[in-house]
Amino acid sequence: MANLLRDLLYPFTRPTALASRRPTGFFTDTTLCIGCKACEVACKQWNQLPSDGFNFTADSYDNTAQLSATTWRHVTFIEQFPRDAAAPPSPPDLNLDLTSLMMEAQNGRWLMMSDVCKHCSAAPCQMACPTGAIIHNEFNDVYIQNDICNGCGYCVAACPFGVISRSAFDGHAHKCTLCYDRQRDDLIPACAKACPTESIRFGPLDELRAHAARRLEEVKTRGFKGARLYGDRATDTYSDLGAFFLLLDEPSRYGLPDNPDTPQRHMIADYIRGAAGTLLWIAILAIAVIIHVRS
Amino acid sequence: MPGLGASFGRGAATTFQADLAASDCILIMGSNMAEAHPVGFRFPLEARERGGALIHVDPRFTRTSAMANLYVRIRAGSDIAFLGGIINYIIEHDLWFKEYVLHYTNASRVLSEAFVDAEENSGIFPGLDPDRRAYVKEPGSWNYSLLPDAIGAVRSDRSLEHPLCVFQVMRRHYARYTPEKVSRICGCKREDVVRVAELLCRNSGRERTSAIVYALGWTQHTTGVQMIRAAGIIQLLLGNMGRPGGGIMAMRGHCSIQGSTDVPTLYNLLPGYLSHPDAVPENATLEEYIKHGRGFANARNCSASGFWLEEATLGLWSHIGSFIVSLLKAWYGEAATPDNEFGFQWLPKLDGDYSELPTFFQMHRGGVKGLFLIGQNPAAGAPNAHLNRAALRNLDWLVVRDWFEHESANFWYADPTAGDPKTVKTEVFFLPAATNVEKAGSFTNTERLLQWHEKALDPPGDCRSDSWFVYHLGVRLKRLYTGSTQERDAPIQNLTWDYSRLSPEILPDGSQSMIADEPDAEKVLQEMNGRRVGGELLKAAGELQADGSTACGVWIYTGVFPAEGDNRAHSRNPALNGATYPGWGFAWPANRRTLYNRASADPAGRPWSERKKLIWWDEKESKWTGFDVPDFEVGKPPTYRPAQGALGMDAIAGDAPFILHPDGLGWLFAPFGVRDGPLPTHYEPVESVVKNLLYSTQMNPTARDFHADLNLLAKEIDPEFPCVATTYRLTEHYLSGPMSRFNSWLNELQPEMFFEIDPELAEERGIENGGWAVVRSRRGAIEARAMVTSRMKPLVVDGKTIHQVGVPIHWGYAGETVGAMANDLTSLVTDLNVSMHESKAFSVDIRAGRLGRKAPRAIAAAIRPAGLDAPIPETPEYAQPEGRQQRWGLRRD
Repeated sequence: MANLLRDLLYPFTRPTALASRRPTGFFTDTTLCIGCKACEVACKQWNQLPSDGFNFTADSYDNTAQLSATTWRHVTFIEQFPRDAAAPPSPPDLNLDLTSLMMEAQNGRWLMMSDVCKHCSAAPCQMACPTGAIIHNEFNDVYIQNDICNGCGYCVAACPFGVISRSAFDGHAHKCTLCYDRQRDDLIPACAKACPTESIRFGPLDELRAHAARRLEEVKTRGFKGARLYGDRATDTYSDLGAFFLLLDEPSRYGLPDNPDTPQRHMIADYIRGAAGTLLWIAILAIAVIIHVRS
Repeated sequence: MPGLGASFGRGAATTFQADLAASDCILIMGSNMAEAHPVGFRFPLEARERGGALIHVDPRFTRTSAMANLYVRIRAGSDIAFLGGIINYIIEHDLWFKEYVLHYTNASRVLSEAFVDAEENSGIFPGLDPDRRAYVKEPGSWNYSLLPDAIGAVRSDRSLEHPLCVFQVMRRHYARYTPEKVSRICGCKREDVVRVAELLCRNSGRERTSAIVYALGWTQHTTGVQMIRAAGIIQLLLGNMGRPGGGIMAMRGHCSIQGSTDVPTLYNLLPGYLSHPDAVPENATLEEYIKHGRGFANARNCSASGFWLEEATLGLWSHIGSFIVSLLKAWYGEAATPDNEFGFQWLPKLDGDYSELPTFFQMHRGGVKGLFLIGQNPAAGAPNAHLNRAALRNLDWLVVRDWFEHESANFWYADPTAGDPKTVKTEVFFLPAATNVEKAGSFTNTERLLQWHEKALDPPGDCRSDSWFVYHLGVRLKRLYTGSTQERDAPIQNLTWDYSRLSPEILPDGSQSMIADEPDAEKVLQEMNGRRVGGELLKAAGELQADGSTACGVWIYTGVFPAEGDNRAHSRNPALNGATYPGWGFAWPANRRTLYNRASADPAGRPWSERKKLIWWDEKESKWTGFDVPDFEVGKPPTYRPAQGALGMDAIAGDAPFILHPDGLGWLFAPFGVRDGPLPTHYEPVESVVKNLLYSTQMNPTARDFHADLNLLAKEIDPEFPCVATTYRLTEHYLSGPMSRFNSWLNELQPEMFFEIDPELAEERGIENGGWAVVRSRRGAIEARAMVTSRMKPLVVDGKTIHQVGVPIHWGYAGETVGAMANDLTSLVTDLNVSMHESKAFSVDIRAGRLGRKAPRAIAAAIRPAGLDAPIPETPEYAQPEGRQQRWGLRRD
């Protein structure tokens, strides 16, 4: 009898939430990325993800092309070399100041960045998920609980970064877990562990943000043109990101939205329209009934 | 190797990778370090972050260039010109580190009257025999002007003004390598030569040090050894050798590549860089061998007096007797006695060049019956792969040991360029090998570092380690020859061969290994370390004796296993000791991390500066001390001066850091050690698209080519092949593919072979980005997709526009991804010193389109252990990995 009661009531109960831990995340400093793709391989190996097939894209050294259900780290390569530009005139004096040299070097450069799920503080995918599969876990990282996901795909449309997709194997949505399983055991994520130059830094988000602010200033004085942080703080249209970046150009050059927008922000008007529309139809129906009853 | 050996005394990287972080300026040239050594590259990046300069000089803009403060593009093969330009600049602007050069190099030594520099003779040094293509005539014409007083006594002029002193000879030699001239040869701007030179000079001296990093971009040329020598000259002139953040970091690629020459796998060396005896009178007996030491200009190509007696009597090599006798005792044990010269006659004597390239050349003419191929893939990885495959088809039998059936194992049926498999007579045995985690042993990597690795699990099925194979082969050979009375069987019969273990290994998970007869790798390491015969392990090479009381397999490794249970290669203590990490592994020799570190202190024994101190003389304790093991006799004071006629290490002064050299000095001019010239001289590659602008001698006069239909060379400045091709690796793959192209995760990162060309060339030839192209050399043609990129740019060389074509090396016809192989384009030409080929610069042409030939076929779905598709037993549906759920009947792509 006790068993029956329990079985009847359990869907309405809530388990005790896990004690929340210091929020963690990634700071990816692209000035240190050498494009080695150790992060891609480490992630695949740790999570035992299958390959996405062998497709030569001729797009610089990027044959991965995009994040997907089976690729959770993706290194982009952006070649910025002036085509057919006349060589700049030789400076009259010998310019050997390292900052000036770096600024000159930035005239023909190869940008590299390891893209990943942004683990947004206010994540559109999480807000769109109807089953409650997508949650913020105790580290405040966005995590898809695969046994709850029903493969509806709402999260795929909601993400402004194109991070999630559905797997061809099981039809469910998958993405970077920020190595939730490793974090639970006090290990750092596989990609951060493998990154040889610490371009990918993992740690408590507040520490990463403090470090990133210092690093930005340093990088600017070193002659890196176009240096900026992306996602370290909230904008008018989007929350701050748990995985944020130091970029050397406009985000759109890296395939990231310049001004990401949270779709759910626009839903209030939809709700009002919806409610107004419903009321209008109720009114019309009521008037029709009254007219019918009167006649 | 000989480039570093001749300049400083040892043919190995002079420093360690982590030391690069302490550098104020790093020149990476002939190397794509971020690409090929991504983990080691964290250190140059750290140097940059600390305010150091990172310079990359390379024909292509690569992942390393993307990190540099200064990138300079040069034509592949023009490196000596560029480096010569730097040397010219340093000398002409008086920017060399005077106190260092005067005391620590042979700048002041006067050369023999017989020496005539290449400067005065169209780029050729005295003694060239043009028919034999070797400097075998006029022996002694490169030597110093010797004084009759004692062995090693040499005329010198410390004012550096004598016209025949090394400094003046060098100045005249590099006088024509002006930045203007050099920029025309390399296709770079004059300013860039000057900028690189200035950056190096400003970051050298007492307070600052610069490092040079090189790799196969320098070694794989017919002038490769001389490129390295040129770097040696720069680092000696600037006083960077033996100093923290200085030195020359030779980046060798394989995890145990240094070990493969230390121990060695080279035919002409015995362990520890002893030379293998030649079939000449000077090596006929043990006594003669010891007396004559190592022959550089040896009798294979030179007259007998090419041996330098000074080396065998002065400096560290004077102990060669104890090294060779201890080696023989290790190999032959009790059978080696003073009565039979410790078994010296059981060593074969060399009568020719049996290195890999000439051997395969012989093989393709039918001269070799059988071959063991262990972890090597010449059918795709060797230069002129066509010829190599033709050679393999001539063998009666071939034994291949590797992880996968690669191009050299399946050539007999899978080579798309060969005929019917029925016509191949070679019997191929494929013995699967264990991977590095499936066996215990040590690696010796590029920084001379021995690191032990443990066995994690048993290899599957029939896979066995290479140690297992060689050990049991030896056991069976000994059994086969038991009772034989033939003299030629004595070497095998008398080998000590006891590496068996007492009980099977216990694996990390507590289980027992199922391979009961795996040899004990620790026993091998102990033998390499050496022990007193019948007694305890040795602690230092100084304990080795020439009387047969010590046995030692590799004298440069002594100290790695100084006591039972104390395997120093296994230590993993990451603590920093001032400037070095002495607790991590064991660096030969004697755990010295920075070689020649005596030079980190001034002649009086004080550090050049507080900022760059490494070792120094402690007056109170009367010994050298500091952050590294001194590469010097610990008790020898800086003021020590050898008496007249002193021998051995007593002949080395207290201010002579390069103790492997008989004079203890760094060699700007190399009287011995390199066979194609005492001073680096620019020659064009064997296949070049321009004339040598510096001398009328077009190419290295000692470069050898091998005449065969399969090995034709382009004419000099051949209009049919107007582009310069260079080969290289990508981070995602490894060598010719056996270790990476059977792995899906790596294959998806770089799935296809491709060429890299600049947009102008692409437009000229109608080649689209991603479209098919054919690259042709005199050896053959291959097709692949083209990557048209602005990272490649045409160069203007002597007024002519030159295009370069990039050819990655990773593909072949065996693997999960297959493609054209770069080595179907390269040729078999070698340099004289090490028989190294020239795959970094050769002539090709490129056109749009395809070859219309049969393409190789990839193996069906990567080699995977069975059972990876079935559901995991006793596991609920929702916990099954992707694709293994039965219930929903999902379609799998």
